[in-house]
Amino acid sequence: MTKTFRRKLDFKAGRVDMSHGAGGRAMAELISSIFKDAFGNELLEQGNDQASFPTPSGGRMVMTTDGYVVSPIFFPGGDIGSLAVHGTVNDLAMAGAKPLYLSASYIIEEGFPLGDLKRIADSMGAAAKAAGVMIVTGDTKVVERGKADGVFISTAGVGVVPDGINLSGDRARPGDKVIVSGSMGDHGVAIMSSRENLTFETEILSDSAALNGLVDAMVAAAGPHLRLMRDPTRGGLAATLNELAHQSGVGFRIVEDHIPIKRQVAAACELLGLDPLNVANEGKLVAVVAAEAAEGLLAAMRSHPLGAEAAIIGEAVEDDQRFVQMTTGFGGGRIVDWLAGEQLPRIC
Amino acid sequence: MKYVDEYRDGDKARDIAAAIAAEVQPDRSYAFMEFCGGHTHAISRYGIEDLLPKNVRMIHGPGCPVCVLPIGRIDDAIRLAKRPEVTLCTYADLMRVPASGGLSLMKAKAAGADIRMVYSSLDAIRIAEANPERQVVFFAIGFETTTPPTAVALKTAEAKGLKNFSIYCNHVLTPVAMRAILEMPPTPDEPPIAIEGFVGPSHVSAIIGMEPYRVFARDYHKPVVISGFEPLDVMYSILMLVRQVNEQRSEVENQYIRAVKTEGNRVAIDLCDEVFELRESFEWRGLGAVPKSALKLRDAYAFYDAEKRFTVETQPAEDNPACECGAILRGQKKPADCRLFGTVCTPETPTGACMVSSEGACAAHWTYGRFRHRETNSALRKSA
Ligand code: SF4
Repeated sequence: MTKTFRRKLDFKAGRVDMSHGAGGRAMAELISSIFKDAFGNELLEQGNDQASFPTPSGGRMVMTTDGYVVSPIFFPGGDIGSLAVHGTVNDLAMAGAKPLYLSASYIIEEGFPLGDLKRIADSMGAAAKAAGVMIVTGDTKVVERGKADGVFISTAGVGVVPDGINLSGDRARPGDKVIVSGSMGDHGVAIMSSRENLTFETEILSDSAALNGLVDAMVAAAGPHLRLMRDPTRGGLAATLNELAHQSGVGFRIVEDHIPIKRQVAAACELLGLDPLNVANEGKLVAVVAAEAAEGLLAAMRSHPLGAEAAIIGEAVEDDQRFVQMTTGFGGGRIVDWLAGEQLPRIC
Repeated sequence: MKYVDEYRDGDKARDIAAAIAAEVQPDRSYAFMEFCGGHTHAISRYGIEDLLPKNVRMIHGPGCPVCVLPIGRIDDAIRLAKRPEVTLCTYADLMRVPASGGLSLMKAKAAGADIRMVYSSLDAIRIAEANPERQVVFFAIGFETTTPPTAVALKTAEAKGLKNFSIYCNHVLTPVAMRAILEMPPTPDEPPIAIEGFVGPSHVSAIIGMEPYRVFARDYHKPVVISGFEPLDVMYSILMLVRQVNEQRSEVENQYIRAVKTEGNRVAIDLCDEVFELRESFEWRGLGAVPKSALKLRDAYAFYDAEKRFTVETQPAEDNPACECGAILRGQKKPADCRLFGTVCTPETPTGACMVSSEGACAAHWTYGRFRHRETNSALRKSA
């Protein structure tokens, strides 16, 4: 494991700042020094976006939970309701699981329009139906005006893993291929373009979608050759590949020209001074697969509507420093790093 | 994106790289400084170093406005933001710059100060309009490129009769800083800098034109090639510099003709002249106090000057003594020469300013280029 210096959290005078929620190293530090310390157990130690465990009656289950605080609540291509379903379904699907049941708890600010609430719930219901999951339990809390921002939603989900499937972030091996299911950065840019203080317009829609159908096709095509999947949400492809590199103890080498990025997304990122590789996705996945099964998996993905633009973008390599290195479109080399600190507004 | 793709074409890059390789004399070395953080970023992000011959070295200059701002000015901004009536508007890059006492704007915000991140000076105007009961202070920083927008914001505030808007002005001047670098006396423990030419600023030059650089060609015999920010621009400018050096010329050349006119942007220059005047002296991180290197609001606009409205008196603040930002900004050391690089100091836990902004030399090298120093990295890790 690479040891970088860690500034100890200051429990006497320190306060939570925005970087602690940005998906970078500051957040990793917060989780490890507060939550892992307090909750410590071997399932949490798996370090995945979901926990996978055997059930007493045989077979494996996965469980996950996620909070949604996106602002604005309605954005091009989705809303907080559909996002709260897609995000949690995807975290389950990334373990190769079949998502089954979701919970939904709402924290609503006093004064929130009832019409909007209904619209969100309807959208949530429709998204669940489309994804083939049921929302089976929930909770509602109302807080005084100013104590929340409109509405926050938290969903948890459970699913079952088919026999023989064992996906985990620590399973990438040198030589494995890295595949992304489609264009990077759409969700983050859609959110930012709809924020009032940014005065540009693009036709970018959020890619928010449930990926369990695509995952079924992938599991069927690659079976045990599939090492792992992860959805590159907060922090984008860059954060995901860095996490996986550390979990698996490998490096990655990717090729910029092979990464699908929409022109408008690239243009918007240019304007905002962002790197599309750091921008969030909500309907895309990264898969690592044994080299010999890569082409077959790619073909299966491309024949699914949510994987039509899938591409092999690189491979895992031996690297004791866990670098994610990229050959730029320009022909040089560079590192693809986590984004330091908070740069983006609330996107999920 | 056609416009931009044209300047990022890998095949063209290889052609220029071949031309540079053919042009350089193998028995000598070349060292050029790219002044601007924008160029530093392009060089790192596109891996341009990999395309240059070994004997062509790029020195990352001080042209990152966040990096050169001394701690004392950030301390001021934090003090301003802590005043109960003040809303401080700042560019996101400044939020994490370490200030005195372990503070930063981000931590001040977490502790309750009203600090908003904005993307432009006009966002600050909008916030002032929407919150008439708040004193909105715009934390203005940057080189000649961002100065006109600050002037426009001031004029807009004046036209709208906004009484609750003011500017905390930290605008600095490029040519003066370039000169300060060349005038830097050598120190006993740092090798003298051998800058043989400058990749000149792009956007800055679009405002100020080519004239202000003539002094470098004429009096210091240093070629200057004004370059666009796209990677092909930078490559081509390096080729032009190599040619000048080989032919023993020192001229101001313009690679960025699609945006830079010889005379610059008259309207912008006049507007800035109307609103700003030179400060007697201004403290630069890495360069120290440089006479006539920064701007303040003219007396006629004192009403909009946050330093007057809130009587700001900058207190000198010490940098971390181990931080080599100064020598790095002057081109005397490289980021990996700093003991703190990558151990104590990373973009997430920056010690010095060069590690904060993505345009800073240390941050650019850490974020994009540290794979080039694997051995140094592991040595660093072991000793840490
Ligand atoms: S690595 Fe950090 S401490 Fe060292 S010179 Fe760079 S900014 Fe300063």
